[in-house]
Amino acid sequence: MKDFFSGLTDSFVKTFITEDRWLMLLQGLATTLEITFFALLLGLLLGFFVAVVRSTYDINNKGRKCRRLSDYVIKVLNVICNIYITVIRGTPVVVQLMIMYFIVFLTSRNGTLAAILSFGINSGAYVAEIVRSGIMSIDKGQFEASRSLGFDYKSTMIFVILPQALKNVLPALANEFIVLLKETSVAGYVAIQDLTYMGNLIRSRTWEAFFPLITVAVIYLAIVLILSYFFKKLERRLRNSDH
Amino acid sequence: MTTNDVLIKVDGLEKSFNGVEVLKGIDMEIDKGDVVVIVGASGSGKSTFLRCLNLLEEPTGGTILFEGTDITDPKVNINLHRQKMGMVFQQFNLFPHMTVLRNLTLGPTKLLKQSKKDAEKNAIRLLETVGLADRADSYPSQLSGGQKQRVAIVRALAMNPDVLLFDEPTSALDPEMVGEVLEVMKKLAEDGMTMAVVTHEMGFAREVGTKVVFIDDGKIAEENTPDEFFNNPQNPRLKDFLSKVI
Repeated sequence: MKDFFSGLTDSFVKTFITEDRWLMLLQGLATTLEITFFALLLGLLLGFFVAVVRSTYDINNKGRKCRRLSDYVIKVLNVICNIYITVIRGTPVVVQLMIMYFIVFLTSRNGTLAAILSFGINSGAYVAEIVRSGIMSIDKGQFEASRSLGFDYKSTMIFVILPQALKNVLPALANEFIVLLKETSVAGYVAIQDLTYMGNLIRSRTWEAFFPLITVAVIYLAIVLILSYFFKKLERRLRNSDH
Repeated sequence: MTTNDVLIKVDGLEKSFNGVEVLKGIDMEIDKGDVVVIVGASGSGKSTFLRCLNLLEEPTGGTILFEGTDITDPKVNINLHRQKMGMVFQQFNLFPHMTVLRNLTLGPTKLLKQSKKDAEKNAIRLLETVGLADRADSYPSQLSGGQKQRVAIVRALAMNPDVLLFDEPTSALDPEMVGEVLEVMKKLAEDGMTMAVVTHEMGFAREVGTKVVFIDDGKIAEENTPDEFFNNPQNPRLKDFLSKVI
């Protein structure tokens, strides 16, 4: 029993204290959070844009002849968005990351930026489908009521449709963010020193697997719990109007 | 009446959905102050006709002159004309994520550029006329069907329109709530509001209408004063229709 505890202490010290290894984990965490945060922003931006393009096409243009220039623009954009979603959803994110790092970023080798772009572009495709499903779930009568007041399509989207759509898809979006956070753990494939990579590095140096890996897992779990808490709060606030 | 009083002039209006002709050439004039009640069997095209008037449905043929402008012309900015044509829907279509007050002020503040204060003052005044001033801070989900429809009517009124279009405004209501909505509409008509109403409420048509139109199979089958329309119908289809609904 005494041996067990002294062994545990020994392994704890090796994992965290020796060579200030806890700093490595902290650095890894910072990288993970950085990649996740900017990828999330990029994903939201891309996702919203693609969702609005696709649903605008579905609502206004599907099966109709192009009459104005804007009709052609939206048609072309819709085709591009469809290809984007198909390709991104049809290939593994690790492969996308490696293509970004080893082909697109061949000369610069800026790993973090490559990761942000890869995960952002990847997340955007999923966010797009989530937001689009939200837009399409809004009753047609809401469009008509807004248009009959004299709002154009854009204002109708901004004031009437998107606020309702967002509220409806908030749980799905929260889920996507959690998935994104955890997906960044494959960044080590292209030598980015994120949280998972650092944990594994400590394991390989100390030959101690338990503490580094469990710690990494607990940190991910903690971030997810914090994220979930804030999303629940936001959901509750937005639910004000349903009584 | 002089031509100056013509608010809406519809000529040869046609609408087909995927090759199915729903409206087969409708001509109609709506003058200022008119209350035109449009009746007909379901599927006759009466709702489609009303929805064509503010281009919620794009007509496939014919013209609609609204205050002298052909709004079917693609070059016309329909949004500006829609501000002058309020619409009330069967399903109310209030914005569920906004309070009653915000439902009423959204259009006036964003489109008519009224100040928030002015728009709210006007909204409260309008709510008072329909007896709902105390519900300004409620959300639509907290209102009864009749209350929702009265809010929907004042939402349209808040834009200060020249004509109000009613698309079966009482059809989704519980019977005991029909009266309160019809009462509001009657008051509007008495105040001189120009209205086009698609409804099954024959009592309203007879009492409030200045003109009653029977649409059958995408065409106007009969158009007359309420008196003549109900007491002396000419069209056999109308006679048949009236015998069923009255």
